[in-house]
Amino acid sequence: MSASVDVKTLVIDGVDVSARQDQTVLDVARENNIFIPTLCHLEGLSEVGACRLCLVEIKGSPKLFPACVLKVEEGMEVITHSERLLHYRQTILELLFAERNHVCAVCVANGNCELQTIAQSQRLTHVRLPYRNPKLPVDLSHERFAADHNRCILCTRCVRVCAEIEGAHVWDVMGRGIDSMVITDLNDPWGSSSCTRCGKCVQVCPTGALFDKSKVGVSHPKSPEFLPYLNLMREEQ
Amino acid sequence: MSKTRLATAWLDGCSGCHMSFLDMDERLIELSGAFDLVYSPLVDFKTFPEAVDITLVEGAVSTTDDVEKIHLIRARTRLLVAMGDCAVTGNVPAMRNAFGPDAVLRRAYFENADLQQQTPLVVVPKLLDKVRPVHEYVSVDLYLPGCPPSAATFHAVLTELLANRMPDVASLTRFGA
Repeated sequence: MSASVDVKTLVIDGVDVSARQDQTVLDVARENNIFIPTLCHLEGLSEVGACRLCLVEIKGSPKLFPACVLKVEEGMEVITHSERLLHYRQTILELLFAERNHVCAVCVANGNCELQTIAQSQRLTHVRLPYRNPKLPVDLSHERFAADHNRCILCTRCVRVCAEIEGAHVWDVMGRGIDSMVITDLNDPWGSSSCTRCGKCVQVCPTGALFDKSKVGVSHPKSPEFLPYLNLMREEQ
Repeated sequence: MSKTRLATAWLDGCSGCHMSFLDMDERLIELSGAFDLVYSPLVDFKTFPEAVDITLVEGAVSTTDDVEKIHLIRARTRLLVAMGDCAVTGNVPAMRNAFGPDAVLRRAYFENADLQQQTPLVVVPKLLDKVRPVHEYVSVDLYLPGCPPSAATFHAVLTELLANRMPDVASLTRFGA
Protein backbone atom coordinates (compact mmCIF):
# COMPACT_ATOMS: atom_id res chain seq x y z
CA MET A 1 0.00 0.00 0.00
CA SER A 2 1.43 3.39 -0.95
CA ALA A 3 2.15 6.00 1.72
CA SER A 4 -0.09 8.52 -0.03
CA VAL A 5 -3.32 6.66 0.81
CA ASP A 6 -5.70 9.14 2.33
CA VAL A 7 -6.82 8.07 5.79
CA LYS A 8 -10.19 9.19 7.17
CA THR A 9 -11.19 9.13 10.80
CA LEU A 10 -14.80 8.65 11.81
CA VAL A 11 -16.90 7.50 14.75
CA ILE A 12 -18.99 4.32 14.68
CA ASP A 13 -21.23 3.68 17.72
CA GLY A 14 -19.09 6.06 19.78
CA VAL A 15 -15.82 4.33 18.84
CA ASP A 16 -13.12 6.30 16.97
CA VAL A 17 -11.99 4.34 13.91
CA SER A 18 -9.74 5.06 10.94
CA ALA A 19 -10.27 3.94 7.37
CA ARG A 20 -8.88 4.22 3.87
CA GLN A 21 -10.86 6.74 1.84
CA ASP A 22 -12.13 4.08 -0.59
CA GLN A 23 -13.65 1.92 2.17
CA THR A 24 -17.35 1.61 2.94
CA VAL A 25 -18.85 2.07 6.39
CA LEU A 26 -19.69 -1.66 6.39
CA ASP A 27 -16.04 -2.63 5.68
CA VAL A 28 -14.77 -0.43 8.49
CA ALA A 29 -17.44 -1.60 10.94
CA ARG A 30 -16.58 -5.26 10.27
CA GLU A 31 -12.83 -4.54 10.63
CA ASN A 32 -13.62 -3.14 14.05
CA ASN A 33 -15.88 -6.04 15.05
CA ILE A 34 -19.04 -3.93 14.92
CA PHE A 35 -21.90 -6.14 13.69
CA ILE A 36 -24.21 -4.78 10.98
CA PRO A 37 -26.70 -7.32 9.58
CA THR A 38 -26.56 -7.96 5.80
CA LEU A 39 -28.11 -10.40 3.32
CA CYS A 40 -27.29 -9.22 -0.24
CA HIS A 41 -23.72 -8.17 0.64
CA LEU A 42 -21.02 -10.81 0.26
CA GLU A 43 -17.30 -10.23 0.45
CA GLY A 44 -15.87 -10.81 -3.03
CA LEU A 45 -18.96 -9.67 -4.99
CA SER A 46 -20.05 -6.23 -6.18
CA GLU A 47 -22.51 -4.32 -3.97
CA VAL A 48 -26.17 -3.83 -4.99
CA GLY A 49 -27.62 -2.34 -1.78
CA ALA A 50 -30.77 -4.40 -2.35
CA CYS A 51 -31.74 -5.89 1.01
CA ARG A 52 -31.51 -2.65 3.06
CA LEU A 53 -30.71 -4.55 6.27
CA CYS A 54 -27.44 -2.64 6.67
CA LEU A 55 -29.17 0.75 6.95
CA VAL A 56 -27.40 3.01 9.47
CA GLU A 57 -28.00 6.47 10.89
CA ILE A 58 -25.56 9.34 10.24
CA LYS A 59 -25.57 12.16 12.77
CA GLY A 60 -26.87 15.36 11.17
CA SER A 61 -29.06 13.64 8.56
CA PRO A 62 -32.68 12.52 8.91
CA LYS A 63 -32.12 9.88 6.19
CA LEU A 64 -30.93 6.31 6.62
CA PHE A 65 -27.97 5.07 4.57
CA PRO A 66 -27.05 1.54 3.39
CA ALA A 67 -23.65 0.90 4.98
CA CYS A 68 -22.55 -1.47 2.19
CA VAL A 69 -22.40 1.34 -0.41
CA LEU A 70 -21.72 4.30 1.89
CA LYS A 71 -18.16 5.59 1.50
CA VAL A 72 -16.44 6.84 4.63
CA GLU A 73 -16.05 10.58 5.19
CA GLU A 74 -13.89 12.56 7.57
CA GLY A 75 -15.66 13.23 10.86
CA MET A 76 -18.68 11.08 10.01
CA GLU A 77 -20.65 9.88 13.07
CA VAL A 78 -22.36 6.54 12.38
CA ILE A 79 -24.96 4.79 14.54
CA THR A 80 -25.45 1.12 13.65
CA HIS A 81 -27.96 0.14 16.36
CA SER A 82 -31.02 2.04 17.61
CA GLU A 83 -34.71 1.38 18.25
CA ARG A 84 -35.51 3.01 14.91
CA LEU A 85 -33.04 0.82 12.98
CA LEU A 86 -34.23 -2.33 14.78
CA HIS A 87 -37.80 -1.46 13.77
CA TYR A 88 -36.82 -1.06 10.10
CA ARG A 89 -34.68 -4.21 10.07
CA GLN A 90 -37.45 -6.26 11.67
CA THR A 91 -39.97 -4.93 9.15
CA ILE A 92 -37.66 -5.81 6.22
CA LEU A 93 -37.34 -9.35 7.58
CA GLU A 94 -41.10 -9.61 8.11
CA LEU A 95 -41.67 -8.57 4.49
CA LEU A 96 -39.22 -11.24 3.32
CA PHE A 97 -40.91 -13.96 5.40
CA ALA A 98 -44.41 -12.89 4.31
CA GLU A 99 -43.55 -12.60 0.61
CA ARG A 100 -42.75 -16.28 -0.13
CA ASN A 101 -42.97 -19.64 1.68
CA HIS A 102 -40.06 -19.84 4.10
CA VAL A 103 -41.13 -22.87 6.08
CA CYS A 104 -37.94 -23.15 8.15
CA ALA A 105 -38.91 -26.48 9.75
CA VAL A 106 -38.87 -28.31 6.41
CA CYS A 107 -36.05 -26.40 4.67
CA VAL A 108 -32.80 -27.99 3.51
CA ALA A 109 -30.99 -24.95 4.96
CA ASN A 110 -32.61 -25.12 8.44
CA GLY A 111 -29.81 -24.36 10.90
CA ASN A 112 -27.51 -23.01 8.16
CA CYS A 113 -29.67 -20.17 6.84
CA GLU A 114 -28.61 -16.52 6.99
CA LEU A 115 -32.23 -15.29 6.90
CA GLN A 116 -33.16 -17.51 9.85
CA THR A 117 -30.05 -16.50 11.82
CA ILE A 118 -30.51 -12.78 11.17
CA ALA A 119 -34.20 -12.98 12.14
CA GLN A 120 -33.13 -14.34 15.53
CA SER A 121 -30.34 -11.78 15.92
CA GLN A 122 -32.89 -8.99 15.23
CA ARG A 123 -35.19 -10.50 17.90
CA LEU A 124 -37.96 -11.37 15.43
CA THR A 125 -40.37 -13.83 17.08
CA HIS A 126 -43.34 -13.44 14.73
CA VAL A 127 -44.45 -11.77 11.50
CA ARG A 128 -47.16 -9.11 11.86
CA LEU A 129 -47.96 -9.05 8.14
CA PRO A 130 -50.31 -11.61 6.56
CA TYR A 131 -48.45 -14.36 4.70
CA ARG A 132 -49.01 -14.28 0.93
CA ASN A 133 -48.41 -18.03 0.43
CA PRO A 134 -47.82 -17.77 -3.34
CA LYS A 135 -47.61 -20.89 -5.50
CA LEU A 136 -44.03 -20.98 -6.77
CA PRO A 137 -42.05 -23.51 -8.80
CA VAL A 138 -39.20 -25.76 -7.67
CA ASP A 139 -36.73 -26.43 -10.50
CA LEU A 140 -35.31 -29.96 -10.13
CA SER A 141 -34.12 -30.28 -13.72
CA HIS A 142 -30.39 -29.95 -12.93
CA GLU A 143 -28.59 -33.22 -12.21
CA ARG A 144 -26.75 -31.88 -9.15
CA PHE A 145 -28.55 -28.76 -7.90
CA ALA A 146 -32.09 -27.48 -7.33
CA ALA A 147 -33.79 -24.07 -7.17
CA ASP A 148 -36.68 -23.66 -4.73
CA HIS A 149 -38.21 -20.26 -5.49
CA ASN A 150 -40.32 -20.47 -2.32
CA ARG A 151 -37.17 -19.65 -0.36
CA CYS A 152 -35.57 -17.03 -2.65
CA ILE A 153 -35.16 -13.51 -1.22
CA LEU A 154 -33.89 -11.99 -4.50
CA CYS A 155 -30.55 -10.97 -2.99
CA THR A 156 -28.99 -11.62 -6.45
CA ARG A 157 -25.82 -13.17 -5.02
CA CYS A 158 -26.26 -16.06 -7.50
CA VAL A 159 -26.60 -13.61 -10.40
CA ARG A 160 -23.47 -11.72 -9.37
CA VAL A 161 -21.26 -14.72 -8.60
CA CYS A 162 -22.18 -16.37 -11.92
CA ALA A 163 -21.49 -13.21 -13.94
CA GLU A 164 -18.58 -11.70 -12.00
CA ILE A 165 -16.64 -14.73 -10.74
CA GLU A 166 -17.58 -17.69 -12.94
CA GLY A 167 -18.00 -15.45 -16.01
CA ALA A 168 -20.97 -17.45 -17.29
CA HIS A 169 -23.90 -15.12 -16.46
CA VAL A 170 -26.41 -17.95 -16.51
CA TRP A 171 -28.50 -16.45 -13.67
CA ASP A 172 -30.44 -13.21 -14.00
CA VAL A 173 -33.64 -11.60 -12.73
CA MET A 174 -36.93 -11.70 -14.64
CA GLY A 175 -40.04 -9.57 -14.00
CA ARG A 176 -40.60 -6.60 -11.73
CA GLY A 177 -41.47 -5.95 -8.11
CA ILE A 178 -43.18 -8.78 -6.27
CA ASP A 179 -43.26 -10.88 -9.49
CA SER A 180 -39.45 -10.89 -9.81
CA MET A 181 -37.79 -14.28 -10.17
CA VAL A 182 -34.21 -15.44 -10.58
CA ILE A 183 -33.93 -17.41 -13.84
CA THR A 184 -31.33 -19.44 -15.73
CA ASP A 185 -30.67 -18.33 -19.31
CA LEU A 186 -33.93 -17.02 -20.85
CA ASN A 187 -36.09 -18.73 -18.20
CA ASP A 188 -35.03 -22.18 -19.40
CA PRO A 189 -34.87 -25.14 -17.00
CA TRP A 190 -31.61 -25.02 -15.02
CA GLY A 191 -30.71 -28.54 -16.22
CA SER A 192 -30.83 -27.61 -19.91
CA SER A 193 -29.31 -24.13 -19.46
CA SER A 194 -25.73 -23.06 -20.23
CA CYS A 195 -24.80 -23.70 -16.54
CA THR A 196 -21.15 -24.74 -16.12
CA ARG A 197 -22.04 -26.87 -13.04
CA CYS A 198 -19.47 -25.04 -10.89
CA GLY A 199 -21.85 -24.72 -7.90
CA LYS A 200 -20.72 -21.23 -6.83
CA CYS A 201 -24.32 -19.97 -6.79
CA VAL A 202 -25.31 -22.74 -4.37
CA GLN A 203 -22.45 -21.86 -2.01
CA VAL A 204 -23.29 -18.13 -1.92
CA CYS A 205 -27.10 -18.50 -1.62
CA PRO A 206 -27.97 -17.30 1.90
CA THR A 207 -31.10 -19.48 2.21
CA GLY A 208 -32.32 -22.86 0.99
CA ALA A 209 -33.33 -21.44 -2.41
CA LEU A 210 -30.35 -22.98 -4.22
CA PHE A 211 -29.16 -26.28 -2.85
CA ASP A 212 -27.16 -29.39 -3.62
CA LYS A 213 -29.56 -32.31 -4.17
CA SER A 214 -27.20 -34.67 -2.34
CA LYS A 215 -27.65 -32.59 0.84
CA VAL A 216 -31.43 -33.06 1.16
CA GLY A 217 -32.17 -34.59 4.56
CA VAL A 218 -28.67 -33.93 5.88
CA SER A 219 -26.94 -30.75 7.10
CA HIS A 220 -26.29 -28.32 4.22
CA PRO A 221 -23.88 -25.60 5.36
CA LYS A 222 -22.89 -23.12 2.64
CA SER A 223 -19.26 -22.03 2.20
CA PRO A 224 -19.13 -18.61 0.53
CA GLU A 225 -15.78 -17.73 2.16
CA PHE A 226 -13.85 -19.05 -0.88
CA LEU A 227 -14.69 -15.83 -2.79
CA PRO A 228 -12.17 -13.32 -1.35
CA TYR A 229 -9.39 -15.93 -1.65
CA LEU A 230 -10.27 -16.66 -5.26
CA ASN A 231 -10.26 -12.93 -6.06
CA LEU A 232 -6.92 -12.44 -4.31
CA MET A 233 -5.36 -15.34 -6.19
CA ARG A 234 -6.61 -14.00 -9.53
CA GLU A 235 -5.24 -10.52 -8.78
CA GLU A 236 -1.81 -11.98 -8.16
CA GLN A 237 -1.74 -13.88 -11.44
CA MET B 1 -50.20 -18.15 47.28
CA SER B 2 -52.65 -19.75 44.84
CA LYS B 3 -51.22 -21.81 42.01
CA THR B 4 -51.13 -20.51 38.42
CA ARG B 5 -53.95 -21.95 36.33
CA LEU B 6 -52.17 -23.33 33.24
CA ALA B 7 -53.79 -24.75 30.11
CA THR B 8 -52.51 -26.10 26.82
CA ALA B 9 -54.50 -26.44 23.59
CA TRP B 10 -54.01 -28.24 20.30
CA LEU B 11 -55.21 -26.79 16.99
CA ASP B 12 -53.68 -27.73 13.59
CA GLY B 13 -50.29 -29.09 14.59
CA CYS B 14 -48.55 -32.45 14.90
CA SER B 15 -48.49 -32.50 18.76
CA GLY B 16 -44.70 -32.26 18.58
CA CYS B 17 -44.81 -29.13 20.78
CA HIS B 18 -46.73 -31.06 23.42
CA MET B 19 -44.17 -33.87 23.14
CA SER B 20 -41.36 -31.35 23.61
CA PHE B 21 -43.26 -29.90 26.61
CA LEU B 22 -43.34 -33.42 28.14
CA ASP B 23 -39.66 -33.78 27.24
CA MET B 24 -38.92 -31.45 30.18
CA ASP B 25 -39.06 -34.76 32.09
CA GLU B 26 -38.25 -34.41 35.79
CA ARG B 27 -37.99 -30.63 35.45
CA LEU B 28 -41.75 -30.73 34.86
CA ILE B 29 -42.20 -32.26 38.31
CA GLU B 30 -40.24 -29.38 39.87
CA LEU B 31 -42.35 -26.82 38.01
CA SER B 32 -45.66 -28.57 38.68
CA GLY B 33 -45.69 -27.33 42.28
CA ALA B 34 -46.37 -23.85 40.91
CA PHE B 35 -49.30 -24.62 38.59
CA ASP B 36 -52.54 -26.55 38.15
CA LEU B 37 -53.07 -27.98 34.67
CA VAL B 38 -56.73 -27.06 34.17
CA TYR B 39 -57.13 -28.04 30.50
CA SER B 40 -54.91 -29.91 28.02
CA PRO B 41 -54.90 -32.76 25.49
CA LEU B 42 -52.62 -34.42 28.05
CA VAL B 43 -55.43 -34.59 30.65
CA ASP B 44 -59.13 -35.39 30.50
CA PHE B 45 -61.06 -32.13 31.02
CA LYS B 46 -63.78 -31.82 28.37
CA THR B 47 -64.42 -28.07 28.33
CA PHE B 48 -62.08 -25.10 28.43
CA PRO B 49 -62.55 -23.53 31.89
CA GLU B 50 -62.99 -19.89 32.96
CA ALA B 51 -60.22 -17.70 34.39
CA VAL B 52 -57.12 -19.41 33.05
CA ASP B 53 -53.85 -17.57 33.78
CA ILE B 54 -51.66 -18.95 30.99
CA THR B 55 -52.61 -20.94 27.88
CA LEU B 56 -50.05 -22.45 25.52
CA VAL B 57 -51.63 -22.92 22.09
CA GLU B 58 -50.07 -25.37 19.66
CA GLY B 59 -51.05 -25.35 15.98
CA ALA B 60 -52.35 -23.02 13.31
CA VAL B 61 -55.99 -22.04 12.78
CA SER B 62 -57.17 -24.22 9.92
CA THR B 63 -60.83 -25.24 10.53
CA THR B 64 -64.10 -23.66 11.63
CA ASP B 65 -63.66 -25.60 14.88
CA ASP B 66 -60.21 -24.02 15.44
CA VAL B 67 -61.73 -20.53 15.05
CA GLU B 68 -64.37 -21.22 17.73
CA LYS B 69 -61.77 -22.74 20.06
CA ILE B 70 -59.25 -19.91 19.75
CA HIS B 71 -61.87 -17.23 20.46
CA LEU B 72 -63.09 -19.13 23.53
CA ILE B 73 -59.52 -19.68 24.72
CA ARG B 74 -58.66 -15.99 24.28
CA ALA B 75 -61.78 -14.86 26.14
CA ARG B 76 -60.93 -17.08 29.11
CA THR B 77 -57.12 -16.61 29.21
CA ARG B 78 -55.06 -13.84 30.78
CA LEU B 79 -51.76 -14.59 28.99
CA LEU B 80 -51.92 -16.38 25.63
CA VAL B 81 -48.75 -18.01 24.30
CA ALA B 82 -48.46 -19.03 20.62
CA MET B 83 -46.48 -22.26 21.08
CA GLY B 84 -44.35 -23.42 18.17
CA ASP B 85 -44.05 -22.48 14.50
CA CYS B 86 -47.55 -23.63 13.44
CA ALA B 87 -49.20 -21.28 15.94
CA VAL B 88 -46.67 -18.51 15.20
CA THR B 89 -46.28 -18.72 11.39
CA GLY B 90 -48.74 -21.30 10.02
CA ASN B 91 -45.71 -23.49 9.23
CA VAL B 92 -46.35 -26.89 7.60
CA PRO B 93 -50.19 -26.79 7.81
CA ALA B 94 -50.12 -23.49 5.89
CA MET B 95 -48.27 -25.14 3.00
CA ARG B 96 -51.71 -26.09 1.67
CA ASN B 97 -52.59 -22.39 1.22
CA ALA B 98 -51.05 -22.35 -2.25
CA PHE B 99 -53.31 -25.24 -3.33
CA GLY B 100 -56.58 -24.75 -1.43
CA PRO B 101 -58.67 -27.08 0.80
CA ASP B 102 -60.39 -28.91 -2.09
CA ALA B 103 -57.06 -30.21 -3.38
CA VAL B 104 -56.21 -31.45 0.15
CA LEU B 105 -59.55 -33.25 0.57
CA ARG B 106 -59.30 -34.78 -2.90
CA ARG B 107 -55.82 -36.06 -2.14
CA ALA B 108 -56.72 -37.48 1.28
CA TYR B 109 -60.22 -38.88 0.73
CA PHE B 110 -60.21 -39.85 -2.97
CA GLU B 111 -56.73 -40.29 -4.47
CA ASN B 112 -55.32 -42.02 -1.36
CA ALA B 113 -58.51 -43.93 -0.38
CA ASP B 114 -59.17 -47.45 -1.63
CA LEU B 115 -62.67 -47.75 -0.15
CA GLN B 116 -65.58 -45.40 0.60
CA GLN B 117 -64.25 -42.46 -1.38
CA GLN B 118 -66.21 -39.48 -0.03
CA THR B 119 -65.67 -36.08 1.54
CA PRO B 120 -66.55 -36.21 5.25
CA LEU B 121 -69.49 -33.95 6.12
CA VAL B 122 -69.90 -34.75 9.82
CA VAL B 123 -67.49 -35.04 12.81
CA VAL B 124 -64.52 -33.68 10.83
CA PRO B 125 -64.74 -29.86 10.94
CA LYS B 126 -64.80 -27.85 7.72
CA LEU B 127 -61.41 -26.72 6.44
CA LEU B 128 -60.96 -22.97 6.05
CA ASP B 129 -59.82 -21.58 2.73
CA LYS B 130 -56.47 -20.49 4.25
CA VAL B 131 -54.49 -21.73 7.26
CA ARG B 132 -53.47 -18.75 9.40
CA PRO B 133 -51.31 -18.17 12.47
CA VAL B 134 -53.10 -17.64 15.78
CA HIS B 135 -52.38 -13.89 15.97
CA GLU B 136 -54.37 -13.25 12.78
CA TYR B 137 -57.51 -14.22 14.79
CA VAL B 138 -56.84 -13.13 18.37
CA SER B 139 -54.23 -11.09 20.22
CA VAL B 140 -51.21 -13.08 21.37
CA ASP B 141 -49.14 -12.05 24.40
CA LEU B 142 -46.01 -14.15 23.80
CA TYR B 143 -44.61 -15.87 20.72
CA LEU B 144 -42.55 -19.02 21.09
CA PRO B 145 -41.19 -20.02 17.66
CA GLY B 146 -39.53 -23.38 17.03
CA CYS B 147 -40.49 -26.69 15.43
CA PRO B 148 -40.73 -27.66 18.16
CA PRO B 149 -39.30 -25.29 20.79
CA SER B 150 -36.81 -27.41 22.75
CA ALA B 151 -37.51 -28.78 26.22
CA ALA B 152 -34.87 -26.37 27.54
CA THR B 153 -36.80 -23.49 25.93
CA PHE B 154 -40.05 -24.65 27.53
CA HIS B 155 -38.36 -24.91 30.90
CA ALA B 156 -36.82 -21.44 30.69
CA VAL B 157 -40.06 -19.85 29.45
CA LEU B 158 -42.33 -21.54 32.00
CA THR B 159 -39.94 -20.77 34.86
CA GLU B 160 -40.16 -17.07 33.95
CA LEU B 161 -43.91 -17.02 33.33
CA LEU B 162 -44.70 -18.83 36.58
CA ALA B 163 -42.62 -16.18 38.38
CA ASN B 164 -44.70 -13.46 36.67
CA ARG B 165 -41.83 -12.36 34.43
CA MET B 166 -41.74 -12.19 30.62
CA PRO B 167 -38.98 -14.42 29.17
CA ASP B 168 -36.43 -13.25 26.58
CA VAL B 169 -37.64 -15.59 23.83
CA ALA B 170 -35.29 -14.42 21.05
CA SER B 171 -32.28 -15.60 23.05
CA LEU B 172 -33.80 -19.08 23.44
CA THR B 173 -35.35 -20.13 20.16
CA ARG B 174 -35.99 -19.22 16.49
CA PHE B 175 -38.15 -20.18 13.50
CA GLY B 176 -37.52 -23.82 12.62
CA ALA B 177 -35.43 -24.48 15.76
